[in-house]
Amino acid sequence: MAIKTDKAIKISQKHLLGIQDLSINDVNLILDEAQSFIKLNQSKNKKIDTLRGKTQINLFFEPSTRTQSSFELAGKRLGADVMSMNMANSAIKKGETLIDTAMTLNAMHPDIIVVRHQDSGACNLLSQKVNCSVLNAGDGRREHPTQALLDALTIINRKKKIEGLKIAICGDILHSRVARSNIYLLNMLGAEVNIVAPTNLMPKEIEKFGVNTFTDMNKGLKDCDIVMMLRLQNERMTSSYLSSNREYYEYYGLTPDKLEHAKSDALIMHPGPMNRGIEIDTILADDINKSVIKEQVELGVAVRMACLKMFCI
Amino acid sequence: MKKQYFINANIIDPYNSINEVGGLIIGEEGKIEAVGKKVNTNNLPTREKPIDLKGKYIFPGLVDMRVFVGEPGYEYKENFKTLSNAALSGGVTSVVTMPNTDPIIDNVSIVDFLKRRGRDKSKINIFPCASLTKNIEGTNMTEFGLLQKKGIIAFTDGVKTIQNPRLMSRIMNSAKDLGCLIMQHAEDYELAKNGMINSGIIASKLGLSGIPEIAERILIERDLTLLEKVKCRYHISQLSSQKSIDVIKQRKEVVKFTSGVSINNLSLNENDIGDFRTFLKLSPPLRREEDREALVQGLKDELIDVIVSDHKPEDEESKRLTFSQAATGASGIETLLSLSLELYHNGSLKLETIVKALTSNPAKILKINKGNLSIGNDADLCIVDIDKPWIVKKEKLVSKSKNTSIEDKKLQGKVTNTFVKGKELFKI
Repeated sequence: MAIKTDKAIKISQKHLLGIQDLSINDVNLILDEAQSFIKLNQSKNKKIDTLRGKTQINLFFEPSTRTQSSFELAGKRLGADVMSMNMANSAIKKGETLIDTAMTLNAMHPDIIVVRHQDSGACNLLSQKVNCSVLNAGDGRREHPTQALLDALTIINRKKKIEGLKIAICGDILHSRVARSNIYLLNMLGAEVNIVAPTNLMPKEIEKFGVNTFTDMNKGLKDCDIVMMLRLQNERMTSSYLSSNREYYEYYGLTPDKLEHAKSDALIMHPGPMNRGIEIDTILADDINKSVIKEQVELGVAVRMACLKMFCI
Repeated sequence: MKKQYFINANIIDPYNSINEVGGLIIGEEGKIEAVGKKVNTNNLPTREKPIDLKGKYIFPGLVDMRVFVGEPGYEYKENFKTLSNAALSGGVTSVVTMPNTDPIIDNVSIVDFLKRRGRDKSKINIFPCASLTKNIEGTNMTEFGLLQKKGIIAFTDGVKTIQNPRLMSRIMNSAKDLGCLIMQHAEDYELAKNGMINSGIIASKLGLSGIPEIAERILIERDLTLLEKVKCRYHISQLSSQKSIDVIKQRKEVVKFTSGVSINNLSLNENDIGDFRTFLKLSPPLRREEDREALVQGLKDELIDVIVSDHKPEDEESKRLTFSQAATGASGIETLLSLSLELYHNGSLKLETIVKALTSNPAKILKINKGNLSIGNDADLCIVDIDKPWIVKKEKLVSKSKNTSIEDKKLQGKVTNTFVKGKELFKI
């Protein structure tokens, strides 16, 4: 039997800014903790008092449905006082800088701040200025650590492992923080990662992240256990990256015939929100035998509960 | 002014090919009376008490070809007084100021203001640039001839680039007719769009848009092609990549032009950006270590003519932002020489090469009688303790803005005294 005592039981970081900062032990701690919350979330009484008396502030500078509601529910189920701030109507609009907003909120003594921001590195900057822990709920193109953690949990629950799996991440890699966090995490957990994208949507020198790159989707999906699709982030595209959505769908949309190249029991994932008919065939997206997209959302709450607990206490 | 005698100094004056142990005499008028090995105790009148420099170095006062002063419009970042104090502490006695002020230096009336302020508030020699285009909009040329008559030393849009090739060729024609020096900040806007740091693995990791080296190279290639037809005085403000050096090497055989490099690009690389250090958000961006090495080699091979500080003071508020919102540029005039000396101490460059790129080469490009220790000239010079160790501390910087790119860096070599027109205006 493995001796567990030599393992650290506390997370090594004060903040959750990105997967890059976590050790494999940190990841396992979070995933183990999250497992215990899955049951809780399915039970009738979903509320516990682990974070009673703690204050959680959700600071979302970018619109978000699932991540924000997921974090809000997670905090509430743990008994924390949760305040979600809609930054579209905030003092930022009046010219206040991110740092000043952070200092103002810090003066109210929160225990944890959950941040989403359109600029890469915003959470890092914020974390230097506040006393409490900062959880990154997505910063620019850089990282979205809880998404990667919930994806890992989803894969583990279905495939019982990650090590040795072949996982394809497809689509708009360039603008995707989900892709970056997933690459770091899946690599750390021993998966082989294939990146599939047109060159225009591929970050420079991405192969140095330790991934295989493909511009031909059929080749990229070959023998994969998991096919992770990404949303085409039209709102971040400032100039012409693609000729048209229909051509993109033709070459990079996940369709039954492209999926044929993956393993027969391959699972489809998507961080949402989906552009049906652009990056994914609508029937595939809803195929309960193949798609685990809804499960990702469900486990997202459990993973965020685990993160809030581990970084709040 | 009393005559001043210095002996036992290592004198380096590349303009006059002096590199020897000797002395220097500053006359009553603040001019250099004698310099070199013949100035020693045996030749001096006994009633005079010479200052024994005990092996310290005397360099001509540095000529910094790329400096941003906040006046007018951004006095809270830097004014002529704070700039000249910062410059003096770094041994810089002449600066070329960029036109990117508010309002932009693009017409004759503002030049009068600038000259007055420079004269009244500054202790160093100010050589102002005007913009190439009105309001640096890249559409209409400024009055090169009239501005030049008013004392404008060169023309550049500073942080901006002339994108339109037709306009650029017309600018070159006018510059040729009038004998003006034009300086280009080489960057293709479309290729560099939204870019913040060098395009590559670091940009991909940090999730920041990149500026590919090709954005610089393509502009240089375009300008040098235009220059083949119109032979005007053309200077590339700053080079940042190995590939640009390759282009320059090829073209040097065909056309005549000059180029510069920022001390930042010579000393740092993209890895120094670390965890979103906004003080290292620079233009051109820091690139790979191979690029840095190629730039050093470019200086060695005399493909690059000058080293500039690219001194761009920015207040705290402009830098305490997310990387994409933060202002571009670093304060650097007072560390220019010390940081350059690092390249001497680590064996990358000869001392003479460094001094040349900081004194006589810029003066030659600008056609000014500065950056030398010629007899009869203004005694603009600095005394340098070339081995003195020190650590760069933000709070100790003289410049009004503290956005140094090398906070906490250990340096070797410091200016101990700076003279302008024979007057000692800085002393440690």
